[in-house]
Amino acid sequence: MMTAQIKEFPGVGLRESDFEQRKVLYTEWVPNARYAWDAGVAIGRYLAELKEGRLIGVRCRHCRRTVIPPRVFCEWCFRPMDEWVPLPDTGTVNTFSLCYVTWDMRRLTEPEIPAVIDIDGTHPPVGILHLLGEVEPQAVQIGMRVQAVWKPPEERTGSILDIRYFRPVREG
Amino acid sequence: MGMRKVAVVGAGMTKFVRRALETGKELAFEAAKMALDSCELTLQQVDCVVHGTAPDAFDGVHMKGEYLADGSGAWRKPYTRCYVGGGTGVFAPIHGWYHVASGLFDICLVVCEEKMSSCQPHPQGAFLTIFDHTTERPLGPNLLWIFALEMNRYMHTYGLSKRDIALVSVKNKRNAADHPCSLLGDREITVEDVLNSEVLAWPVQRLDVSPVTDGAVAVVLAAEHVARRITDKPVWIEGVGWNLDTTYWTNRDLCYPRYVENAARMAYEMAGISEPRKQIHIAEPYDPFDYKELHHLEGLLLFDRGKAPEATALGITQRDGDLPVCPSGGLLGVGNPIAAAGLMKVAELFWQLRGEAGARQVPGQPRRGVAQAWGDLMQVGTVIVMGV
Amino acid sequence: MAILEKVDKLHQAIAWQGDIPITNRYTAGVAGERFLREIKDHARILGTRCPDCDLVYVPAALFCERCFAQLDEWLEVSSQGRVFTFTVLFRDLEDRPLDPPAVLAYVKLNGSNGGLVHYLGEVEPDQVFIGLEVEAVFKEASEREGSILDIRYFRPLKR
Repeated sequence: MMTAQIKEFPGVGLRESDFEQRKVLYTEWVPNARYAWDAGVAIGRYLAELKEGRLIGVRCRHCRRTVIPPRVFCEWCFRPMDEWVPLPDTGTVNTFSLCYVTWDMRRLTEPEIPAVIDIDGTHPPVGILHLLGEVEPQAVQIGMRVQAVWKPPEERTGSILDIRYFRPVREG
Repeated sequence: MGMRKVAVVGAGMTKFVRRALETGKELAFEAAKMALDSCELTLQQVDCVVHGTAPDAFDGVHMKGEYLADGSGAWRKPYTRCYVGGGTGVFAPIHGWYHVASGLFDICLVVCEEKMSSCQPHPQGAFLTIFDHTTERPLGPNLLWIFALEMNRYMHTYGLSKRDIALVSVKNKRNAADHPCSLLGDREITVEDVLNSEVLAWPVQRLDVSPVTDGAVAVVLAAEHVARRITDKPVWIEGVGWNLDTTYWTNRDLCYPRYVENAARMAYEMAGISEPRKQIHIAEPYDPFDYKELHHLEGLLLFDRGKAPEATALGITQRDGDLPVCPSGGLLGVGNPIAAAGLMKVAELFWQLRGEAGARQVPGQPRRGVAQAWGDLMQVGTVIVMGV
Repeated sequence: MAILEKVDKLHQAIAWQGDIPITNRYTAGVAGERFLREIKDHARILGTRCPDCDLVYVPAALFCERCFAQLDEWLEVSSQGRVFTFTVLFRDLEDRPLDPPAVLAYVKLNGSNGGLVHYLGEVEPDQVFIGLEVEAVFKEASEREGSILDIRYFRPLKR
């Protein structure tokens, strides 16, 4: 049987108005899905360091690499990652986006600027996800040098949000 | 390796629509029934059933594989659901393939379904949890971020423009105009339309993205001795491959999908393909975003790194080009009901290699094709090579 | 650092709280649409029959799961049936006490191979037994909206 011979494929498409005007029967359900996700060992330490205003990574001696975010095992060689490495709070923009919509597709007038920032001192260079700030959206470039802007110590809670955002490194 | 030859002998699908009236079970049934009818088999003759579907949260049904079992024809049969995120649609027939290749079963029905419209206000609400809950989700991400970041890195690495990439969207949406099930086929679309569409997360614009979709697709697999009795045009599964990269996506080189290359090498080796650029006649790479088609063509070793855009501009990937890519219309044109979209690519190879694709038929009697899907935490590649 | 570090104070366990912010919207589907509209418009329960397998599906189904035939033989089944099995609920989903307790049953409907899971009403929990004959109590026509809750509950059949 050839697809070319099938006159009408099954499947009935509806419009949003069919729901609004109750032309079709439907039910709604809001799952009561609330979670508390444990930080775990490595990320627990990462958050504790963030609260102190520091970035920390881990090193795998076998693979000779230093990575962030920290993890308790190296997913390359499956050995424990047990050497903590303090890292500077500076880095390089690996890639970025200018995002004009929220997850539920509402428009933003000013874009958010998510970026992957390769953190100095990692080897080979690897990054974390964060936001850029104190920069004109059109001025952001891949390769731009950036540094973390921290919340004041009394506002820090041990969260990735203890870094407000990364901003361009100012010369001098 | 002592494995039996396995063929695709039948295929079926529903229309891909934005919001389906049908329940997920009903969509699955329609596709599965059409696949069985297409090769004149009854459900009784099916030895086992494989189902592929993406996260439970899309349909809003926990244990979705179990919920969809009756619509997939699994009543009192050996039945499994497999799930590797967006890669599921190509992994499900691989899962079915090893059931049959191993000698355990002779006939396997493979069904993929997705009903994303159940997820309100937007399926992104379910996608959000793919970001690390502690180190990323507090930043308020949305799924587009990942694609935008990867696309920007890809453009930067190879010095590509938005126009280079928009050509893919134009090609696929035009191809889809010939697909009777397509949601977004558009013969008249131009590059300017894509470049002028709403900016969502630069560099991603509205027409760079495939839509939220409902639909189902099914194929029937059979062992060689059975396949030859069922049809005189079996399409053989010549090679399969799958591979995952690190979960730490911000630690990865975003401009090249090495995991797709690894999966492709596995499938090519099994298929005895040493020169994929000569030996592959049709490609159906995963194209949820236009740059992803380019990304994946390079990972499939069909073009040098950074060179797929140039080939696209030269028309090589058009339906009548030297290497037709997504002659179906792909996810950008036909639609993207996640798992079903991947299996649609396998069904397309089945129809193309049998010369049954109608208005979409690639000229020149193609004899071998590759289909690929991508997903999980942006890190899985699933590849299948089919030939006649 | 040990792989397993002991958490001996609760505040040492750091957890990020969140949810999955979605609302699910389920269509009744092709068969479900007709099944529920019949309840809404006529207070009647419909099934679909598979002639080959000689089965009547309730709730009505689009297809026979056994032989994969598309079902187009619709018929009215009785709104009376028997309690096939039941349970008495003393707590709700949030673990609050239910007073009075609710009785939930699977009612097999006469003239069909299927039935409905629903509440029982107008009966004391200790009066319920497997095999009890029951009938559907529908809401008033003006209150019905094409939902399984258009049936208020099943109650013991009065003789």
